[in-house]
Amino acid sequence: MEKSASAGAGVPVAVYDDDIVKKFAIATMIWGAVGMLVGVIIALQLAWWPANLGLPWTTFGRLRPLHTNAVIFAFGGNICFTGIYYSMQRLLKTRMWNDTLSKIHFWGWQAIIVSAALTFPLGITQSREYAELVWPIDIAITLIWVVFAINFFGTIAIRKVKHIYVAIWFYMSFVITIAVLHIVNNLAMPATFLRSYPLYSGMTDALVQWWYGHNAVGFFLTTPFLGLMYYFLPKAAERPIYSYRLSIIHFWGLIFLYIWAGPHHLLYSGLPDWAQTLGMVFSIMLLAPSWGGMLNGLLTLKGAWHRLRTDPVLKFMVVGVSFYGMSTFEGPMMSIRAVNGLAHFTNWVVGHVHSGALGWNGMISFAVLYWLVPRLWNKPLALPRMATQHFWLATIGIVLYTVSMWAAGLMEGLQWRAVGASGQLANPIFIDIVHRLEPFYWLRLLGGSLYFAGALMAVYNLFKTIRGPESVSTDAAAPVPVT
Amino acid sequence: MADETKNHGSEKKYGQFHRRVFEANILNFAVWATIAILIGGIVEIVPMFTPAGTEISPDVKPYTALEVAGRDIYVSEGCYLCHSQWVRPMRAEILRYGPWSRAWEYQYDRPFQLGSRRIGPDLHRVGNKYPDAWHYEHMRDPRSTTPGSVMPAYPWLHSSRIDPGDVRASLVALRKTGTPYSESDIAGVEESLAAQGGAIAERLRQSGIESDPDRAIIAMIAYLQRLGVDGRAALQKQGVEY
Repeated sequence: MEKSASAGAGVPVAVYDDDIVKKFAIATMIWGAVGMLVGVIIALQLAWWPANLGLPWTTFGRLRPLHTNAVIFAFGGNICFTGIYYSMQRLLKTRMWNDTLSKIHFWGWQAIIVSAALTFPLGITQSREYAELVWPIDIAITLIWVVFAINFFGTIAIRKVKHIYVAIWFYMSFVITIAVLHIVNNLAMPATFLRSYPLYSGMTDALVQWWYGHNAVGFFLTTPFLGLMYYFLPKAAERPIYSYRLSIIHFWGLIFLYIWAGPHHLLYSGLPDWAQTLGMVFSIMLLAPSWGGMLNGLLTLKGAWHRLRTDPVLKFMVVGVSFYGMSTFEGPMMSIRAVNGLAHFTNWVVGHVHSGALGWNGMISFAVLYWLVPRLWNKPLALPRMATQHFWLATIGIVLYTVSMWAAGLMEGLQWRAVGASGQLANPIFIDIVHRLEPFYWLRLLGGSLYFAGALMAVYNLFKTIRGPESVSTDAAAPVPVT
Repeated sequence: MADETKNHGSEKKYGQFHRRVFEANILNFAVWATIAILIGGIVEIVPMFTPAGTEISPDVKPYTALEVAGRDIYVSEGCYLCHSQWVRPMRAEILRYGPWSRAWEYQYDRPFQLGSRRIGPDLHRVGNKYPDAWHYEHMRDPRSTTPGSVMPAYPWLHSSRIDPGDVRASLVALRKTGTPYSESDIAGVEESLAAQGGAIAERLRQSGIESDPDRAIIAMIAYLQRLGVDGRAALQKQGVEY
């Protein structure tokens, strides 16, 4: 494929680098399956402890970071890069600035994921939540991120259109903020090649870490995915985005407010009260831009709702955006001190995270894959009916997951705090409460397994599509065949 | 087209400003977006580096060499994923665990290990709660001390050994971050490990358990028995009941 100097809407498809998009799409599918499989394994470990296998490498404490890092940074990261490399070339009407940088970004990112998969089971970790990777890998992440950022801004610099579409604003906040968070949070003094100690101690370390941790949710699992929503939802619905003004408010409101929310992870801790209160107040305010974004997405479907009945891509998108709305309502509620006092440390938090991760990130990711893979390879989706089956399996799985975790979380939260008439704990034996959670853990395992089974169906369906016969139609933009 | 937006009359002003100032000038856009994402972090984090933001106490001492080794194991095994070190100022928590956790108790904790989930109980006041032999057996087989426990067993802690050179490297790095270890603390790592490890091994022997003093489990016991102890003593000294 040659770079073309031609500009405007008439740019032939061949000027775009779709090879890199294909690579990221395949990596997304593989790591998604791996990350969710580890999730199913650790869910089993909580229901049935012998699944820890009695081996150092397979205990819950070592596998849980593998699960979170795999689904966030491997599955989530790769689908964001897939969508970014595909959409920004088209939105800016230009090829990526430098193909070599694109390749370094791809292979470097995959190497980092492999290094995570090797180090965590060996107990090589910083044990700072969502920033567990040790310092040499942190340096590698920084370098790869700089490569990505240069290519990203380089591509914007050589754009053939004047204005920049809203999806790219959100991608940009992802590129900038993740760099800031990652570097500041991981400043550390190495002791050995694989161990270091953070420059911050105690509550300061906790605050920096949760400033990072919550904004990993905000700027890794929210803003780039909103960018995907702003590009792929209008594409799939074949409607323009509902409101440009709402996009502006959504973008600036979200990125400004999000960064303050970290301290809601430290309510009732030794953190100064004013910082805890700031975290709570900004978390509640965050509801406004979050729902502004959700409404902008859903209202884009105005006039296209009937297509929901037949198009699996839109089904995934609508449920995904709806779960975004639900979890961004639940989050602010859980940040209220009194609610947090009950919810914190419980399975409710796990349920909340997964309504966002499975419901929002997962569903949008599959929507993008189902829309994109047939277009990238110019082949019709092999098994459209299976995509619809996947949708229902995933939706039922999420509901089982979140409902069981709500129930478990409320139950353990209430039983931990219950005090009898004599002024003594009503449930003084901790393990008794643990045992009462077991049925909910099995139910969660069932929900998670259904979701995982759906993901495997997607991988099968999409690989069958890729290996299938060429499309009869040569029109790459043909809609996905529907059931 | 996705990049075509509806242009309601009321949107024209906003749109024209945003398009001219930000969307047509990526450098301007990136700078203002960076400012927007920096403000919250600066307001919340910078005061933590002032004396007003961080409480410190002379009663809380740095971890010993053996405790550092044990803490490294705690970090390596990901214990924080099931156990918090954070007693909240609530009646039931104080009844269950002990005095609520003060900021200054964590002053030498690198990394912090407050945790975010209680699959098992909080550990911030576990120091001196159980005898050494309890921890030894609990790590070997959690169900031997807590019937029905769902915790995995950690028998490899009972066979693997602590490398004094490794522990010295940890103390050197911790000192560079600001932990007040003296030259003699660094030079005396081996003696310190042997003395504290020997004392724990001796207490285990009295309970009928034979263990070399340089085993990983000994370091783990040393760390767990230290948790919350300085803070509790400091609070008693201050005459604070909780």
